[in-house]
Amino acid sequence: MTGVLLPPPETGAMGGRAETPPAPSRAVLAQDWRRLVRLGAVGAFAQVFIALSNMPVRLDERVVVKPVLSLGYLTLLVVPFAAGYRVGHQIKREGMPVYAAGAHEVAGGAACGALAGGGLSLLAVLLANFDLREPLVNWSPMLAELLAFGNATWFAVVVWLLIGAAIGAVGGILRTLGPRTRRAAVTMALAVAGAAVMEPLVVDLAEGMRLEALTDRLYARRGGVNWTSALGLAAGSGVLAVLGRGRIRQARAHIASLEGAKRNRANSGLIVLTGAALIILPLFAGKLTNELLANVGLFVLLALGLNVVVGLAGILDLGYVAFFAVGSYSAAVLTAATSPRINPELPWLVALIAVVIITGLVGLFIGAPVIRMRGDYLAIVTLGFGEIIRLLFLSDWLSGWFGGSQGITKIPGAGIFGLTSVAGTDPRRVFYLVLAFCAIAIYVSWRLERSRLGRAWTAVREDETVAEAMGINTVNVKLLAFVVGAILGSFSGAIFSAKVGSVFPNSFLILVSIVILVVVIFGGMGSIVGVIAGSAVLIGVLGGPKQPGLLAEFSEFKLLIYGALLIWMMLARPEGLIPSVRRSRELHQEEMAQDAWLRGQVEDDDGSGAQAAPTP
Amino acid sequence: MTATNGNGLAPGADAANGTGRRPLLETRGLSVDFGGLHALDGLDFEVHEGEIVSVIGPNGAGKTTLFNAITATVERSAGDILFEGTSLLGLDPNRVTARGIARTFQNVRLFANMTVLENVMVSQHCRTRQHAFGALFYTPSFRREEAEIRRRAEKVLGFFGSRLVGYRFDQPAFTLSYANRRRLEIARAMATQPKLILLDEPVAGMNPVESAELTGMIGRLRDEWGFAIVVIEHQMDVVREVSDRVVVLDHGTKIAEGDYADVSTDPRVIEAYLGQGTETS
Amino acid sequence: MIGRGRAKGGAPRTGVDRFLTFMRVAILTLVAVGILAFIWQEIDTDNPFARWANPDATGLTGAQFRGLIISGVAQGCMYGLIALGYSMVYGVLGFINFAHGEVFMVGAMTGMITSNKLADAGLWESNFIGSLVFIVIVSMIVCTLVAVIMERVAYRPLRGSPRLIPLITSIGVSFFIQNASIVLLGPAAKAYPDVPDWVKDKHTFIQIEGSRILVVVVAAVSMGVLWYLVEHTKGGKAMRAVAEDAEIAALMGINVNRTIVKVFAVGGAMAGLAGILWGILFRSVIHTTGFLPGIKAFSAAVVGGIGHLGGAMAGGLSIGVAESVGPLLILEPLGVSGVSQLRDAVAFSVLIGVLLLRPAGIFGERLPAEDRT
Repeated sequence: MTGVLLPPPETGAMGGRAETPPAPSRAVLAQDWRRLVRLGAVGAFAQVFIALSNMPVRLDERVVVKPVLSLGYLTLLVVPFAAGYRVGHQIKREGMPVYAAGAHEVAGGAACGALAGGGLSLLAVLLANFDLREPLVNWSPMLAELLAFGNATWFAVVVWLLIGAAIGAVGGILRTLGPRTRRAAVTMALAVAGAAVMEPLVVDLAEGMRLEALTDRLYARRGGVNWTSALGLAAGSGVLAVLGRGRIRQARAHIASLEGAKRNRANSGLIVLTGAALIILPLFAGKLTNELLANVGLFVLLALGLNVVVGLAGILDLGYVAFFAVGSYSAAVLTAATSPRINPELPWLVALIAVVIITGLVGLFIGAPVIRMRGDYLAIVTLGFGEIIRLLFLSDWLSGWFGGSQGITKIPGAGIFGLTSVAGTDPRRVFYLVLAFCAIAIYVSWRLERSRLGRAWTAVREDETVAEAMGINTVNVKLLAFVVGAILGSFSGAIFSAKVGSVFPNSFLILVSIVILVVVIFGGMGSIVGVIAGSAVLIGVLGGPKQPGLLAEFSEFKLLIYGALLIWMMLARPEGLIPSVRRSRELHQEEMAQDAWLRGQVEDDDGSGAQAAPTP
Repeated sequence: MTATNGNGLAPGADAANGTGRRPLLETRGLSVDFGGLHALDGLDFEVHEGEIVSVIGPNGAGKTTLFNAITATVERSAGDILFEGTSLLGLDPNRVTARGIARTFQNVRLFANMTVLENVMVSQHCRTRQHAFGALFYTPSFRREEAEIRRRAEKVLGFFGSRLVGYRFDQPAFTLSYANRRRLEIARAMATQPKLILLDEPVAGMNPVESAELTGMIGRLRDEWGFAIVVIEHQMDVVREVSDRVVVLDHGTKIAEGDYADVSTDPRVIEAYLGQGTETS
Repeated sequence: MIGRGRAKGGAPRTGVDRFLTFMRVAILTLVAVGILAFIWQEIDTDNPFARWANPDATGLTGAQFRGLIISGVAQGCMYGLIALGYSMVYGVLGFINFAHGEVFMVGAMTGMITSNKLADAGLWESNFIGSLVFIVIVSMIVCTLVAVIMERVAYRPLRGSPRLIPLITSIGVSFFIQNASIVLLGPAAKAYPDVPDWVKDKHTFIQIEGSRILVVVVAAVSMGVLWYLVEHTKGGKAMRAVAEDAEIAALMGINVNRTIVKVFAVGGAMAGLAGILWGILFRSVIHTTGFLPGIKAFSAAVVGGIGHLGGAMAGGLSIGVAESVGPLLILEPLGVSGVSQLRDAVAFSVLIGVLLLRPAGIFGERLPAEDRT
């Protein structure tokens, strides 16, 4: 992580670290048993939890590799693998011996994996002998059957211990591989998994491009990658990984090392290419892909708006859905003929201007009271505002205006200069519309970040008191971030109402705010590319609060996964998937300062500073 | 300005700068209370243009509170603060800075994750005008102003010799050495284009070579950049070197004022520092 | 020492200040007019002022009003018990444990499961009080465990990181627990078994339902016990010391980690108790049960002043009564229809109003030193 910014400290800077003796490996039985058992127990617990959450049964229909592996079994295999891999992790400390990975790791992984798999063995026994169907709705014979592969209970007990051990050992073996082989192995696994996940997308695109022959070869008739193609894919990607080792990184380093003007040209070239691909791709794609792209785009737009508030200005707004709701409702009221009280039936673009103004004002109205509060109070109060706005739209009191729980229906599509009308029936047009607004949002956040205003936001995020003392009107600056975020949110609201054709209060639950927040954090707060990637991965694969993703089977579990992901990101990688440079600095300041200090030993600035004659 | 010596000091204390002009900064009967504690108690204090004033006094004498009161970061309970003849009362801290008073902090408070250059650029906020519109449409005036901000930032950083320039521009501030952080903080204050700079223990934690060098710089800040400067300092050799005038605070009141030689031999000052009952020279 | 300078008594400094002053005045005016209209209505519904405010005003009968107050107090006690957890954690660690409301939900769920099992065994009817004590103990144990595991897994590794990070994590924890409940226990609402008649019947001369008396008594007793624990035992003193300054407390030989675990454990136990009280009051529980009461309880903690135990209870009572009485006392007389739908909105408005009018809560805050800005 630190490598993003600074090269690792040169060995030898401290002196005497250059010569590293060949690392010894540990004896097979010299395990850290306490840690192993603890990890195994956690794994077992996770296994039982996953089994009882019904994930395996529900996902059994989705085949990953035909006929070997279904997604349901995959969810169960992930845990022993992770436990087996994790148990071989060495905490490297100065002065402590470093061991080479070997049989010790494999054995440890197998033991740990067996423990984790043992959770399922235990569950199989319990399933056979007790009936806990009452509180646990998924305590079913189906689960027992799945665990036993259709055989007797004792079979399940033995087989899960064995499977756990085997998979755990695979995790351990991964430890023993050299970095290059490991990367190739991971690439191979990812390629197969990616092909399986992307199946609906690939099939859809292939149909558009008349390449059915390809998909017929790749995928089995009723879903899943053919095992022959899986092997082929794995081999191909493995070869690519070995050949292309480091090439991408080299290219990136090369671009980063270019001069300002050249780099700009390279970057804009990349942007143009991406944009062109995004414009051309939907032409070949069917309804499903375009629907997916439109949903992802809508969330990119929302996430970019929230990113201005959370990522740039550092205001944790948990009620962001309020602006989405206000945008949707005001667009609906202004364009729909069925709006209960006022129905001017404005053209969509004209209405959009009004929507922006209304949402901006709402942003001011909500922002003004909260902006001076402490960060965490602000979070809860914005959450309260988000909920109040939904309750108001829902209430009988205002149902004369907004239709209450009936919502507003039959909203016309978004007309663009009378040329075309964009409605949910044609997701391709929706996607193009969303794409246009995403471009606007990206441009706005990119320009603002690199302006006087963006610097002021950063300063306020860093230290509000000092920012104020340096002449920044912190209240106005933060309020402006809030309003910009609100306006960007209103865009997606207006598109949403035109796309879906109806608005109901229950489309604007707080969980929408949370999902957007997860997307922003997962992608990387403050990083535009990160936010886009976050939306594409999360919304594209798992799906939004109500929108299905590529893994439509996950719809029951996606919120659970979002929650787990949020915790895990905060613990393991708080700067996100593709972090902004500054965020990673904030989160890893101490480590980087140490690195800098180590390097600074060579060019001690104080010593040289005192000798250098001060020149005005 | 002569009538404000409420503590019965010798009027000669003002003579050195008593040009009869209106002072740049003037506090009248300034009091700050924290609960029951009088951190400042009816303080009269003034700074003239082009003057370097040192504020000294034992710990807890109210020196930093004076800075905080001037920059509106604490609430004053009585008295008035005049800057260029107009009152600063009721202004937010950012407005005070905009009026031309910049400060540094006792415990260096940089924007640690912004680069050196950004630290200095951001503190020109109140001197620049471009808003969202200019940034979004990349107007000529926006480009001109950005270039100007950058140029000024580089000029300010150039004041400290080679230490904060070149590759250092793009280093995050937390990677700097302690002395350089102090220098950057001064640079940041300079970049707000003030008339008056308040330096809170600028050489604290520096080694003798660095502190001697910075002492010279404080003089140059006045001579080359024309700032009036108030320094809080504990190191007496620095105080002796830089000050036109020394003000001694104790328990929130002014107990002595004058040039360094006068003040350093004033029995009240020695008593404040050493406590009652010790021998006075 | 550097605090944000505010214009106290002076003229408002910026547009935002002016707007806030306007909001404060508007809130107070709204409340005052609403209450006046209510009083007028109570005197005479045909009174011109009351008619002007709401042409369809009917007023409340004494019994209705009393009923509202009592249900507000009972719910308020529950909020207060949850608020204790928020308040103590905020006091010690300086962040909002957003997931605390879910601990409460887990408590209510545990109570539901245990009581249904007891009912199946026939013990619920034959020995109601005994069963109640049993489910309270089970629920408190489970919730304590959940809270402690939560601290260990999600919060301890984040100690010392920027304060919004643990807050975001706790949102994740909350989301996770809620959805774990859906996938494990199903998305439908689940009922508690039927309670004996004396709990449902109204008692004494003011006609309070037995369940409400029970809730208030239980809350009062547990509050007393907790107060004793925190103010008069060694562990309690350690908690207060850590709340004041964790570093110094560690230097004084206090095991900070263990103290923080204790804080979570006590908060969890109180939330478990509150979960059972919820079960008794509403006899139904669903995965979202924890969300709104959780936020309201946090509001209660803020209203009472974060870090104050008594304040949390007082805040809980105020929020409970406000959301129960507020809509009918203030909004209904002003001609807002369907006010009972706006209960939650009123609860949030109380939070916003309090933070606008008196940011430190009614009793002032007790926060770690570095948070008093």
